Amino acid sequence: MKKDTFKVANIKLKSRLIVGTGKYKNFLETSKAVKASGADMVTVAIRRVNILDKKKPILTDYLDPKKIIYLPNTAGCYSSEEALRTLRLAREMGGWKLVKLEVLGDKKTLYPNMIETLKSTKILVKEGFKVMVYCTDDPLFARKLEDYGAASIMPLASPIGSGLGLQNKINISIIIKQSKVPVIVDAGIGTASDATIAMEMGCDGVLINSAIAKSKKPLLMARAFKNAVISGRESFLAGRMNKNYFGSPSSPTKGLI
Amino acid sequence: MAKIQLNGRKIAIRPKSSIYDLLKKFKLDNKKIAIEHNGVIVPKEICKKKYLKNNDKLEVVHFIGGG
Repeated sequence: MKKDTFKVANIKLKSRLIVGTGKYKNFLETSKAVKASGADMVTVAIRRVNILDKKKPILTDYLDPKKIIYLPNTAGCYSSEEALRTLRLAREMGGWKLVKLEVLGDKKTLYPNMIETLKSTKILVKEGFKVMVYCTDDPLFARKLEDYGAASIMPLASPIGSGLGLQNKINISIIIKQSKVPVIVDAGIGTASDATIAMEMGCDGVLINSAIAKSKKPLLMARAFKNAVISGRESFLAGRMNKNYFGSPSSPTKGLI
Repeated sequence: MAKIQLNGRKIAIRPKSSIYDLLKKFKLDNKKIAIEHNGVIVPKEICKKKYLKNNDKLEVVHFIGGG
């Protein structure tokens, strides 16, 4: 069997599960959950350094950016200008060119503002960034992003942090079928089985944060997601059986006594 | 003394301080950070040559946990 490899912007990843590093109790729990998830890429946010409290722990002490791939995001940005500013700073911090763009449009639903997202993608690609783009599940916008040079299309399953799971499988399926770049479902996944379903549909990967961090036992849930993603991928590769309206016996009927 | 804004907070600094001097003062000189001086990104290599003046705005950012 041909080896199943996963590449984003020419970077080979061992795991199809990408995890976020927000919402954990502390950095120790974050690092343990990341380890349990088996992910080799994590999303991180960019914020002001706390000048007053010099002893405050910092993320890089717990997750070594030399050992795990940091994917800087633009979480909390509501305009193209803010998102570009954030990612240019991320690049300055240590040469990060592979980034996750996320331009929000509404504080309540956290839905992406696709007009600003498209605008930002175009500029970032021109500036040499490899852009993984958080987006709505609209196939037309997804295609446009790909035309603009997005490295990955990341449609939402449902609103960020909602845990509502895959709410529009048809659109996600259309996006998977039409895309040549990896499709990674981002946001809204609530539990491990949601990730399996996304992978069985043919998604190239999933990005999970809240479903792990906000579970009762994050480390156990991180492992559950690791297995769920592997299961879903293998199930997709194996190809499911046909559905029938009637029963079909599993044991031979010949030689019945 | 010159007054500048560091991450939105007003602070007083010694005259003729460079950005590097300030980073050192806050023990940020060897950390993974990025600096924006009056809206312009300043590469770390030239921090020693960039001097701060009254009313300058400096932003120092780093990575934190996020989804």
